[in-house]
Formats: sequence, C-alpha cells, structure tokens
Amino acid sequence: MILAKVLGNVVATQKNQRYSGARIMLVQPINPDGTVRGVSMLALDSVDSGEGDVVLVVQEGWAASTASTGEPGAAIDSAIVGVVDFIEED
Amino acid sequence: MQLARVLGNVVSTVKNEGLEGRKLIIIQPLDGELQPAGKPMVAIDSVGAGYKELVFWCRGKEASFPFEGSEVPTDCTIIGIVDSDDHVKSIATGARK
Repeated sequence: MILAKVLGNVVATQKNQRYSGARIMLVQPINPDGTVRGVSMLALDSVDSGEGDVVLVVQEGWAASTASTGEPGAAIDSAIVGVVDFIEED
Repeated sequence: MQLARVLGNVVSTVKNEGLEGRKLIIIQPLDGELQPAGKPMVAIDSVGAGYKELVFWCRGKEASFPFEGSEVPTDCTIIGIVDSDDHVKSIATGARK
C-alpha cells in the first residue's frame, strides 16, 4: 500500500456500472513525512474517508475491487483501505 | 485510476482480433489540477467518451474487465466520464487557473 492525502472527490454519472454507489476520491500520494510524491490519482473509498485525511491506498485490482465493491473482477485498480491516525518514524 | 483528457482517436485495421470493434482513444493523463501529467496513451473506450471530455481510466489486467467474456488485450481502458471540469473537487493549493 501507499500513503496518500485525500484532496477531494470526483463526480461522474456516466461510468462503469461496478462504480455505481462508490465514492471516487482524488488522492495525492505522500511520503511518511507528509511531503508530496508523484501525481495525484483516483481511488475508490471503502472506509468513509474525507478531505484532508491521510489514508492507505492499495493499488492492485483484485484487492481494490474487493475492498471497494465487495467482489473482485471490476475495472478498479486503486482503493482507499484505511484512514491513518498517526505515523511513527523511529 | 487517473484523470485524463481525450485528445483524439486512433484507427487501426490490422490489429489483434481482441481489439475488433473497440474504439481506440488518445488520452493525456492529468493530475488533480487537470494539468498534463505523464505521457499520452492509447486507451480503449468502454463508456462512449468524446473528444476533449474529462475522463478517468483504469490500468493493468483490470482494464479488460469491462469487456467480460471477450479477451481484450488492453492495459488502459476509459471507464468513466467526469460530469464536467468543475466536478473535480480538490482542497489542494494552487487551484485551477
């Protein structure tokens, strides 16, 4: 998984039917120290995350589809699977 | 998944038969500020995306899942059309120009 910050969300009425009812979140991958890393991307929410939350994002289809829609086999490659409380770096 | 802008399309008659009847669309991946991010790619359309529309696409094996049953050799498929450029809500600084 990667760490990311939830920036917001995207509204798309016309989409693959497996996406109906799912929240499409805009997330920005970050380093453990919070600095930005790479390009912002989309991930389906499965833990009711909100803007500003630091979250865990899984970037593999089987896991992402199962986490966000309950079943594998959807055209989904990323999903938010956890909201981070805090990060401890020794 | 990632946001992208539809730039145009590609016509290819000599191709893998799994691509028969599929629209090949050129997309420019975008970041949250709708600025170009990454290289233009050729995606297969699964939702009727049109020129200049803001779409999002799925990568990897999952990209072939919208075409259940048929073996479509794709690693990049457009799976949704964003309602409008204003339907991308972001708290990031440097809001869109």
